[in-house]
Amino acid sequence: MTFRRYLVLAVITLTASCGDTFLSRGMKSLGPVSLAHPAALIHAIFSPWVASGIVLLIGFFASYLTALSWADLTYVLPASSLGYVIMTLLAHFWLREHVSPMRWLGVVFITAGVGFVTRGPSWTDHSGAGHTEAQIAAVETPEEVRQ
Amino acid sequence: MIVPHAILATTAMIAAVVVTATAGDILTASAMRQVGDLDVIRARSGITGAALAVVTNSRFGLGVFCLALSFFSLLFAFSHRDLSLIGPAATSLTFVTNALAAKWFLHEHVDHRRWTAAIFVCIGVAMLAF
Repeated sequence: MTFRRYLVLAVITLTASCGDTFLSRGMKSLGPVSLAHPAALIHAIFSPWVASGIVLLIGFFASYLTALSWADLTYVLPASSLGYVIMTLLAHFWLREHVSPMRWLGVVFITAGVGFVTRGPSWTDHSGAGHTEAQIAAVETPEEVRQ
Repeated sequence: MIVPHAILATTAMIAAVVVTATAGDILTASAMRQVGDLDVIRARSGITGAALAVVTNSRFGLGVFCLALSFFSLLFAFSHRDLSLIGPAATSLTFVTNALAAKWFLHEHVDHRRWTAAIFVCIGVAMLAF
């Protein structure tokens, strides 16, 4: 794992938690949507908070797929679950929601889980070939530096 | 032993979300393994080439279909049961089923470290409901 790849995991974490929080903030400002009036959901998509949330969640999916192309699912899922911690912090400090002691304990468990998985290898190599160091270096070193 | 109808229905709804989400995650991960390192493909063929390599993969399409099914199962469950029950139950169970499915279907090396992480995150997510 290189710094750039840790950065991709950080982007997954941040875009997922901020995207969900933006959606929640936007839907709360619009009020409850009745199933009898589904057109209100279309209207919601164009509100700034909901639209920003959707853009962030598209960014989340793109970075999630990128991470799955060089790391195992059982590495990416726990490693990116730090988003739940960020979401709880945002809910407490930004949305002013009450966070119970049990939820703070849940945050501690998730953080410990992330700590466990990120200390191990990220990829199970089945072929024996894998991605060579030269391939990785070629992607991560800018063209002008290589020349 | 007679299982009350409501408990059976709740279990079925949670199971539907968990099974479809796990199938979606496994198929998507398998697709990305087939496609290869996106950083390498992007360096060679640009961002359009990388996007094309992903969206033209049939497993990816099937995975997205399963994830969409999971999303609608979740919406259906939310319309019948409380968010505080369905949300954490489905999300936390998915961490464990994904670890099992990744070991069986993707042949990932799920060692004690990854099991501990999956179980800790599973417990932590469940606790966020309280």
